[in-house]
Amino acid sequence: MQIYLPIAEVSVNMFLLLGLGGMVGVLSGMFGVGGGFLITPLLFFIGIPPTVAVATSANQIIASSVSGLFAHLKRRNVDLRMGMLLQGGGVVGAGLGMLLFNWLKQLGHVDLLVNLCYVVFLGAIGSLMFVESLSALRRARGGGGGPVKKRKQRGLVHTLPMKMRFRTSGLYISVIPPFLVGAAVGVLSAVMGVGGGFIMVPAMIYLLHMPTKVVIGTSLFQIILVAGVTTFLHAVTNHSVDIALALFLLIGGVVGAQFGTRIGAKMKAEQLRILLALLVLSVCFKLGLDLVLPPAEVYTLTEVQ
Amino acid sequence: MRLPRLSALRALLAAALLAAPVALPAQQAEEVPALPAPEELVLGLSQNRVAITANFDGSEILIFGAVKRDTAPLAEPADVIITVAGPNEPIAVQRKERRAGIWVNADQVTIRQAPSFYAVATSAPLDDILSATEDLRHRISIPRAIRSITSGDEVTDEDAFVEALVRIRQRAGLYQMREETVGFDRQTLFRTSVPLPSSLPTGVYSVDVYLVRDGSVASTHETAIRVGKVGLEQWLYALSREQGVLYALLAIFIAIFAGWGASEIFRLLRNQ
Repeated sequence: MQIYLPIAEVSVNMFLLLGLGGMVGVLSGMFGVGGGFLITPLLFFIGIPPTVAVATSANQIIASSVSGLFAHLKRRNVDLRMGMLLQGGGVVGAGLGMLLFNWLKQLGHVDLLVNLCYVVFLGAIGSLMFVESLSALRRARGGGGGPVKKRKQRGLVHTLPMKMRFRTSGLYISVIPPFLVGAAVGVLSAVMGVGGGFIMVPAMIYLLHMPTKVVIGTSLFQIILVAGVTTFLHAVTNHSVDIALALFLLIGGVVGAQFGTRIGAKMKAEQLRILLALLVLSVCFKLGLDLVLPPAEVYTLTEVQ
Repeated sequence: MRLPRLSALRALLAAALLAAPVALPAQQAEEVPALPAPEELVLGLSQNRVAITANFDGSEILIFGAVKRDTAPLAEPADVIITVAGPNEPIAVQRKERRAGIWVNADQVTIRQAPSFYAVATSAPLDDILSATEDLRHRISIPRAIRSITSGDEVTDEDAFVEALVRIRQRAGLYQMREETVGFDRQTLFRTSVPLPSSLPTGVYSVDVYLVRDGSVASTHETAIRVGKVGLEQWLYALSREQGVLYALLAIFIAIFAGWGASEIFRLLRNQ
């Protein structure tokens, strides 16, 4: 059944949208990523104009994140205090990111820069996670199912001032690193147009040493605000949020997220991390190929405002 | 009512055919063209408004009409060209180039005026029935309908960019060259249909009919069609433009509500 989207001004199949939303929703619930880095390229692919795709995926991310968040809240897997700290950093970072984005726009080639950003970050994070979780999985198997040794690192995270207790995460660390992590992700999400979950999740695991189960719920909590602000800014300045498109994506998305949360709860943390790493790497590979391979059509059309 | 009129037409046609061989040598001998009979175009459309609704998946417009004459049709057979043009808009065409192994946008050409939709339907191959000068004057063929090109200093092959624009839009069904799709019956009645893609741009379209003879335009007629969103589509579109903040809050509210609703429904389902 075809449906005409009022802002995108194209007609697409309703079930295709529901399916896309559902698929990304499952991933969102499983890994705590908003799925912006997946759904935006997929929307390009089915013929949605890029500006509408970027803005509307932010709107859809709110829905699947809220859906996943409630499921995680019931399991007490959300560190609200940490989440708010990350959000605080995120808002500051997003403001800086917007300035950076506009500055890059004036220099030109902003599209290329965004793509290169994607390839570099997805590639680096994906391979790091893949190697780490693979060795963790091996350790767990080799140790005959014994408890994995807890890291006893006394890094920068513990020596900085302004310490705070994060009960849900079981951490007693300085507030500065989480704030900086939030700000860095905020900058990246403003430049790359995504919620930043795929950067936030590994950052919380490897930089803040939060337990993987808590990380996912907390990441979703953090993403909601970022995606909300992004949706608002896009809708007010570019008029590029398509409610009809978002509605079909999010119907699929919220249902998918519920299933994703259940699948995630049944899996080991290392397995989850390996899967997320593989997903991130495959998107990176695809984007990298697009940059290097000759395009089918070297010309592109852009509307002039 | 129809039958007598048709037979009258047939009689006229026969008369014209008979008169033709006589009229032609006389014309040549005198070197003064006979005053062409006034030919007026009458036009009808299957719809003068294309409504884009929630389940709009492209459409088709039927264009039909007749050549109204007081006398018999001229000896020289005429042809019909029908164009459907969407509103003119500026558009930028960018070309990617390989630099340091990566494909990046390099040159850009801005086309100040290009129709957002353009279809040309003819009753015979366009090149055979329309001279280049007349095409230039009336801007009938697709390349002629695109105008005012501005480019950066380093671009020397603007034509390649215009060709790319035509190629991309032809692939999307937005530009259509429909030669020999106009049925032209007894030099009087014509009809054609133009498919409209689902990505049809909105605005006021102009439908132009040209009666061409001997490579030049003998008569024209123009009418307009409105392509617009209706109902919910129009309401959402207008809201997004006029009440940006309200629209943004609505979008966010729907998303949060849907997310919360789904988790509640699943909780209830699981508890049963």
